[in-house]
Amino acid sequence: MAHAYELRCRECGKRYNNAPLSICDECFSPLEVQCDLEAARNTFTREAIAQGPSSMWRYQALLPVPDDYVAPTPAGWTPLLHAPRLAERIGASNLYIKNDAVCLPTLSFKDRVVSVALANAQIFGFDTVGCSSTGNLANAVAAQAARLGLKSYIFVPADLEPAKILNTQVYGAKLVRIDGNYDHVNRLCSQIADRYNWGFVNVNLRPYYAEGSKTVGFEIAEQLGWRLPDNVVVPMAGGSLITKIRKAFKELIALGLVEDKEVRFFGAQATGCSPIATAVKTGADHIEPQRPSTIARSLAIGNPADGVYATRCIRESGGWAEDVSDVEIVSAIQELAESEGIFTETAGGVTTAVTARLYAHGRIRSDELTVICVTGNGLKTTDALAGAYELEAAVRPRLSDFETYLEEQNEERELVSGGVRVR
Amino acid sequence: MKSANSCQEASVSVRVLLPNAFQKHTDGTREIESNAGNLPELITEIETTFPALKTHLRDEQGQVRRFINFYVNEEDIRFLGNDKYAFKDGDEVLVIPSIAGGSCACCHYCGQDCACC
Repeated sequence: MAHAYELRCRECGKRYNNAPLSICDECFSPLEVQCDLEAARNTFTREAIAQGPSSMWRYQALLPVPDDYVAPTPAGWTPLLHAPRLAERIGASNLYIKNDAVCLPTLSFKDRVVSVALANAQIFGFDTVGCSSTGNLANAVAAQAARLGLKSYIFVPADLEPAKILNTQVYGAKLVRIDGNYDHVNRLCSQIADRYNWGFVNVNLRPYYAEGSKTVGFEIAEQLGWRLPDNVVVPMAGGSLITKIRKAFKELIALGLVEDKEVRFFGAQATGCSPIATAVKTGADHIEPQRPSTIARSLAIGNPADGVYATRCIRESGGWAEDVSDVEIVSAIQELAESEGIFTETAGGVTTAVTARLYAHGRIRSDELTVICVTGNGLKTTDALAGAYELEAAVRPRLSDFETYLEEQNEERELVSGGVRVR
Repeated sequence: MKSANSCQEASVSVRVLLPNAFQKHTDGTREIESNAGNLPELITEIETTFPALKTHLRDEQGQVRRFINFYVNEEDIRFLGNDKYAFKDGDEVLVIPSIAGGSCACCHYCGQDCACC
């Protein structure tokens, strides 16, 4: 390999020099970045990584950027939290949460992929960048483009959550609302990228962008003390993240940083948009597109680009996929917040609810070391909880009033526990 | 360009937009007019018009490669009946390859054959 990384067709194997290109011109299949593992063998060591920055860039030797690249934004390196209280509720005993709800700078795992994509946008000389997005990516591109001084055009479905729209516009990005669902938006962006000389992070820069997801896997392994878990539960929209975490684990095994181990991968989707879970359950080798209808809009991709690869990743690893209803999603958001103090968006509700079902159905044994990937922050989808909580009358600032309030609370609790709820 | 192989009675004419990835094999042509009545006819016409594209459009089994998607106006043709959908006069047909970014990585790293790439 002439450089430390290059593009390669995933189907026919044709190799390409680094360029803003995502489709093989021979077989029209997706291109992928391949890093030269041998070149990285001396630099990608536990010791070197430990001395690196407290961000995803501690793994720079296996990311598609030049050796001397200095990242302007410290994304990633989010907490891996032991989750005993959630574990107890769902019948697990060795459960961890990879919490990208607090990923910087925009509170979702998309900050990782955008960091790598925009580094390459600059290398390729783009002055305008963009994306099609279900929201989190929009926020991440808008913020990081602002920091790099790039212009940005962000394309989103018109019905996107208000918080995600505001969190894009505030960075000065040009937000284009499209009258359609994400699949319509994505298709339009493919056409725009063909016509305009813009760097679309998830179109012509997608091979580079997707590599950023590997850092979730690298971090999980390092934070577990350089070992791999038994299981990983991952939300699936386009299906890329789950395959890239697996790729990260394989790279770590190949370089001897962790012991060889077959980790099982479990995918999570909302029933209202579950093309990948359906393929896994039915044993299909192709993806039947769906028209999304779910509150989990960040996962609402009816024709997932990496669906086939995600399905194979799950199947090959011995894992499984499940899908859950919107009601279950909301309950799981509340359960995760109440049990572990983590407020996730709807996608995290999907992942948590699916995890509970996987334990309930015996697909994961209670003592197995399992990591749940929470990929976004609940502050962005508060509308999902609209009406879930009552705003009680204000209490006068007197101790006697507060004591009356407490008594009323206790009375209500007794009535509820007695089986009669009076309001 | 017009095709002579389509319906006798009606002059269905559809506008077909080709992706940049095809242009190497179409001498830069990005758009064609077609009288094809349905998707199989359209694919045959594209292959006849651009012989260089033919070997790239299909896999070893002769199937149109699965990463190539067809849309009619704003809809995935699979929602419309796929091969059975009869093109209507004035339809705009988009040909768009999937853009995927994931990976399975096992062949590259272990050198073994596997079923996942």
